[in-house]
Amino acid sequence: MSSDWPLWEVFVRSRRGLSHTHAGSLHAPDAELALRNARDLYTRRSEGISIWVVPSSAVTASSPDEKDPFFEPAADKPYRHPTFYEVPEGVKNL
Amino acid sequence: MTTVVPGKGPGQGPGQGPGQGPDASGAADRAAVRVTDRAADRPAGGLAERGTDGEPGPETYESAFDAAVAADERIEPRDWMPDAYRATLVRQIAQHAHSEIIGMMPEANWLSRAPSLRRKAILMAKVQDEAGHGLYLYGAAETLGTGRDELLDKLHSGRQKYSSIFNYPTLTWADVGAIGWLVDGAAITNQVPLCRCSYGPYARAMVRICKEESFHQRQGYELLLVLSRGTDAQHAMAQDAIDRWWWPSLMMFGPPDDESAHSAQSMAWKIKRHSNDELRQRFVDICVPQAEALGLTLPDPDLRWNEEAGHWDFGAIDWGEFKAVLKGNGPCNEQRISQRRRAHEDGAWVRDAAAAHARKRQEAASR
Repeated sequence: MSSDWPLWEVFVRSRRGLSHTHAGSLHAPDAELALRNARDLYTRRSEGISIWVVPSSAVTASSPDEKDPFFEPAADKPYRHPTFYEVPEGVKNL
Repeated sequence: MTTVVPGKGPGQGPGQGPGQGPDASGAADRAAVRVTDRAADRPAGGLAERGTDGEPGPETYESAFDAAVAADERIEPRDWMPDAYRATLVRQIAQHAHSEIIGMMPEANWLSRAPSLRRKAILMAKVQDEAGHGLYLYGAAETLGTGRDELLDKLHSGRQKYSSIFNYPTLTWADVGAIGWLVDGAAITNQVPLCRCSYGPYARAMVRICKEESFHQRQGYELLLVLSRGTDAQHAMAQDAIDRWWWPSLMMFGPPDDESAHSAQSMAWKIKRHSNDELRQRFVDICVPQAEALGLTLPDPDLRWNEEAGHWDFGAIDWGEFKAVLKGNGPCNEQRISQRRRAHEDGAWVRDAAAAHARKRQEAASR
């Protein structure tokens, strides 16, 4: 039964110079077949030059329940952005 | 940003589907994607919606969901969502996935008899795409907490449906062309708006599917064009195929708006963006000039350009036939579902063997 086959998350690098991006998921009995199935499922039209498969159970995800507090520390630090700073008119290359 | 508050509502949330561990299926999709939800230029507002005791109440979840839908944001798997929204999506996505899988059959019927190697290679690629589309969609349905085996079981036992169009037979080679042009054409008309569906995984699957679907339509159109410009017998074969597939294709958009059971709620939830009749009209308007360019006619004596409306008026659809096929009395209902069941049962040993092999290798590796 397919329920015995674990779920895998598929990441595809579409071309050199780009990072792997999550493409979707699939069921497969082991990593090798997950890779082959991922090739057939997500790269039928040369969408990728490299694939990662990761057991879904190995993914640790931040909880949407605490999404706001979790990401809040970044919200009140506008000084991390260059636009926070005033630059006199006419000053270049800054 | 998405203000939808997630998974702790009564009986809600991810990973509570039967037989699943916490966040069992598609954990990455269920979670990692959320990080990108946050548009940098929007104010943070989610906290304000929480109850004073820090624990959000159910009405908070609901209003957050409503706000997200109203703002045209996507709902993601681990977000809180109304039970009925979840059930509607499972029903629709499952039916869609089943249609892709059952849809392989009428075309596969002609794989071994394609008239040239070129046509055979094209048809194989198309049928393989349909399998892929089914898998994208099963994946999307699984993010809602329904397992793959449960979905297949419901298909095999008739508790979930697939598109009625596939209960018609492919009698001649020209039917392969008619399916590509009309059936896939109707599907595309239906599916393009689904790329903006409020449920993220479904919308993403549809984007991928729509990209691939246009080749399906074009190869069908080209196939019909070659036949139409061929011998008299070939031309007649193409015309016959269109005569048989035209009306069932119009039925693919579902019952008229005033009889469509789920339409209003689905539109409110932004699962559906246009009404059945609206999409059907769009499809007719697209097809009329295309048929003319093919040198073939559409089997509707009432087809007339309506200057005032700016649309093609068309004749009455035989909804009696639609209901009969839906009920199981189409020409191929029995054949399709029994073939699907047989394929599943005949493949059981392959699935078992692969699982046993994986287990053995895992044991060897851990030794």
